[in-house]
Amino acid sequence: MAHAQPAGRSGSGKDTTARPVSGDGKIVLEQAEIARALTRIGHEIIERTRGARQVILLGIPTRGVPLAARLAAGIHQVEGHPVPHGSLDITMYRDDLRLRPARALGRTQVPPDGIDGQIVVLVDDVLYSGRTVRAALDALNDLGRPRAVQLAVLVDRGHRELPIRPDYVGKNLPTAQHEVVRVLLTEVDGEDAVLLGVAGDATGGRSR
Amino acid sequence: MNRHLISAADLSRDDALRVLDTADELARISDRPIKKLPTLRGRTVVNLFFEDSTRTRISFEAAAKRLSADVINFSAKGSSVAKGESLKDTALTLEAMGADAVVIRHNASGAPHRLAEWVRGSVINAGDGAHEHPTQALLDAFTIRRRFGRSSNGPGPGEPGGAAGQPGRGGTLDGLRVTIVGDILHSRVARSNVILLHTLGAEVLLVAPPTLLPVAVDTWPCSVGYDLDAALPKSDVVMMLRIQLERMNAAFFPSVREYSRRYGLDSARMAQLPERAIVMHPGPMNRGVEIAAGVADSPRSTVVEQVANGVSVRMAVLYLLLGGAEGDQ
Repeated sequence: MAHAQPAGRSGSGKDTTARPVSGDGKIVLEQAEIARALTRIGHEIIERTRGARQVILLGIPTRGVPLAARLAAGIHQVEGHPVPHGSLDITMYRDDLRLRPARALGRTQVPPDGIDGQIVVLVDDVLYSGRTVRAALDALNDLGRPRAVQLAVLVDRGHRELPIRPDYVGKNLPTAQHEVVRVLLTEVDGEDAVLLGVAGDATGGRSR
Repeated sequence: MNRHLISAADLSRDDALRVLDTADELARISDRPIKKLPTLRGRTVVNLFFEDSTRTRISFEAAAKRLSADVINFSAKGSSVAKGESLKDTALTLEAMGADAVVIRHNASGAPHRLAEWVRGSVINAGDGAHEHPTQALLDAFTIRRRFGRSSNGPGPGEPGGAAGQPGRGGTLDGLRVTIVGDILHSRVARSNVILLHTLGAEVLLVAPPTLLPVAVDTWPCSVGYDLDAALPKSDVVMMLRIQLERMNAAFFPSVREYSRRYGLDSARMAQLPERAIVMHPGPMNRGVEIAAGVADSPRSTVVEQVANGVSVRMAVLYLLLGGAEGDQ
């Protein structure tokens, strides 16, 4: 789910001025590239689902949620019909709950008509071990029975620990396991960027 | 959060808000067709009830089951306690069975505190004598927060102004005036509520006959009055307490009828309340004594909501105490 370090580890994550991110790693995707990747994913979703008529986009908090909203807006622009979107919190379904202190819950917000018979596209910022997606599949199971479930991610950094693959990828980013991928989004962090850094501090917890 | 929840004083303002925010999210589960989460799978919650209770025990049981915990119900009647087993031996038995949490109700004040020294799991106080009942205070605060629109359940994504998927922090109870009326002396609900509501920023006023106020009430973080009619127009929330005849070992007031006249909430008194004010009661109600039937069934009354909210709040408490790593702080 959320990215690795506590936000504002060096105070820069919240800085809205340009290029504040040195020290947190190098930029691998800039704002315009993120926008292009999302536009392309939007078109791929339209193509694969033949017009995105029965599609529901569910973002995984925190950063999957604004991504789902952006994808929905993009598809709406192209196809001319609104695409329902929402959020799917997976905290209570995680397999590592007992490894860390109890964490705050995110919000699950599903469009009022439910997900039965629809094509649900899960949206997340980074795909890493695949455990988040597994938890999301379990969470969906308790919400209803979609016709199909697909997965869209902004960044696929590899190192899967489960047999899970994305259907739509913004960027394939080969990484080493000690590296940290951070996605910053305007809605949450005040700017758009994808950063690749090294887990420098021991307190960073599980990187992704 | 502490490992145990024995007193409302165990909760800092942040802890309390965390419980309420978590409960806000969990309350949404009860609108779903499948009202169950796998979070506490494989963990055992023991309901240890030495005193009669319907709603609290059922509420805890429902909360634990919705989180997929295994629930063992233990009531003193028909158990070895009836044969004279001590609390400590009972505790050791539970310990041997591997209880991850013990929800205890006991007629002796302080029993949960003692129990916490003997078991490794979390101890949750579900009411001890006339001492405390912290989850009731939490569900009351939760109900107040919802009724006054301060919970974190704002508009969601796709709705105007929605904070997309961000469950945001709900507000405190700053500035709300809460009047608690009735048998304060025997009420664990009153004590826990005074502490918690004060923590959350509300101004609490106790109204009761002098004989039904505890001796050290002047040390509590609240004010005290004796005139219900004077207090009502200045109250956002009125919480009516049950007269606990079963705990009364002396004559605290001349007659039930006189008590009811001076301290009961009837329709005429309810009309003195400000427009948005709500009427609460922790139950079980003595209709016609501290609260008139017409008041209890009015739209201002939150009695039924309080019961429903109890499950969400207790789920939040169980999740925050048991959901994470063991021994975390």
